[in-house]
Amino acid sequence: MSVSSNPVTVNIGPQHPSTHGVFRLKVEFDGEEILDLEPVFGYLHRGTEKLAEERNYSQVITLTDRLDYTASMTNNQAYVLTCEKLGQIDVPERGLYLRVIAAELQRVAAHLMATGFLLQDMGAMGTPLMYCFRERERILELFEMLCGARITNSYMRIGGVFYDAPESFWPALRQFLAEMPEYIDEYESLMTGNEILLGRTKGVSSLSIEDIVNASISGPMLRAAGLSWDVRKSDPYDIYSSLDFEVPVGTQGDVYDRYWVRLQEMRQSLSLVEQCVSRIPQGPVRAEVPLIFRPPEGDAYVPIEAPKGELGFYIVSDGGISPYRCKIRAPSFINLTLLKEMLIGRKMADLVVILGSIDINMGEVDR
Amino acid sequence: MYGIGIAKGLLVTLRNLFRTPSTVQYPEERVEQHSRFRGQEFSWYEERCTGCASCAKYCPLGIIEIVTDPSQQAIQDGDKYAIEKFDIDIGRCMYCGLCVEACPYDALFMGSGFERARYTRDELFIPMEELKNATKRPSTWFRPQLEGKGYDPQSGQPLGWKDVGRHEAPDYEAMQRRWADR
Repeated sequence: MSVSSNPVTVNIGPQHPSTHGVFRLKVEFDGEEILDLEPVFGYLHRGTEKLAEERNYSQVITLTDRLDYTASMTNNQAYVLTCEKLGQIDVPERGLYLRVIAAELQRVAAHLMATGFLLQDMGAMGTPLMYCFRERERILELFEMLCGARITNSYMRIGGVFYDAPESFWPALRQFLAEMPEYIDEYESLMTGNEILLGRTKGVSSLSIEDIVNASISGPMLRAAGLSWDVRKSDPYDIYSSLDFEVPVGTQGDVYDRYWVRLQEMRQSLSLVEQCVSRIPQGPVRAEVPLIFRPPEGDAYVPIEAPKGELGFYIVSDGGISPYRCKIRAPSFINLTLLKEMLIGRKMADLVVILGSIDINMGEVDR
Repeated sequence: MYGIGIAKGLLVTLRNLFRTPSTVQYPEERVEQHSRFRGQEFSWYEERCTGCASCAKYCPLGIIEIVTDPSQQAIQDGDKYAIEKFDIDIGRCMYCGLCVEACPYDALFMGSGFERARYTRDELFIPMEELKNATKRPSTWFRPQLEGKGYDPQSGQPLGWKDVGRHEAPDYEAMQRRWADR
């Protein structure tokens, strides 16, 4: 006996806890199986690129905080690097070190959040998420010491960082660096060997390197598929060329590999921060740049390795006090390109897991 | 064998059961707050303010409103204009601190509180009178003279305009370099 069924269209989002923001998916189901889907975004569109055209160069830093609000430091970094390239400004050495310390701590915080929410989407209600947030909270406290804010940092300035770290920052950072690897080991013993996690993630949404490269997907998703490509290695900015670190790569490109790559990247980031702390030089942290910054006419594009992938700012200057055009290459948005290929044919329960493994942030997708 | 991973995970949760809690009971207890925290309730010192409106000009959202009158007697240290209006609409403020960074006379400081929640947007507007009479516990954000003294806005005394310290009054060339070096 055969049971006939009609496809059902289900609306997931825009307000749904597992879509990581105001993201809407119109999905056509046949029973449990996904037949077709249509992503709808734009609910968090604030016109950042347009707003940047009527603010001066320093004021735009506050807008970049709000792009990927789980990784404000790296957004700041990408923007100020582009402005420095436009104005050909040399940043003092200590400023570069402080930037890398902040950016790598931010990478750990963002990956903790991604991992915690991935596990939450998988049905591990609360426990791993709370553990991840406990450590993220300590990073945010370090940021509060450094720049007075936890999420919307606005720490970096054109020509360096806004101010040197306070005295009390260094002991707190050292203590964090000493304790954090133990916590990562704890996540690994809690999650990595767990049979439920393996069952839900192994072989789910495998993508080949060709597909991923053709869709210009970057970040942990690309490295999980096995291609060792990291902007910090391939096109080093700040002081990454003088630091020693490895790029963890996966093999299958499935959800499990993405999760694993993120955990290993956290370890690498901590070792990067340790290297910076041990060899940070004394000196000024900020080059003399006037508050109203006027770069010469021209354009510049600088990509950096944000926690979610390649984040780039393309700024055109007409010689005035505000950008003529400011284009943002947002990794979360481009990483969603292969959503259909990943989801069609899979079951309903895989949907939230796959979406969680892409690690999107709607602030960045909609800009 | 199936189930070993889950057992290992349960050992981790068991260990966490005996850790000291990482949360605090907020209204009774408070987490430690750093002195650089950029908080609400700006500390504004009228004695220092010359009404130059650098802060208003540098604010990304334009929420500081300043009206000055050159015909009146100036009360402040820098001796420029009498200030008739200095209002901050913190309902739209994002606490980026750029106004504090722009102030050349160290007259404006970030506040240190975070509990100025109100029921309507109108009440989030801080008029000049309120700024004048507020208890001032300035944040040390972008004010190295306060940080050098080890001032802590949470436990320290409120500071008057003579205590907060000041850079030397900037000359014309320094202002030119700072604002519009071309």
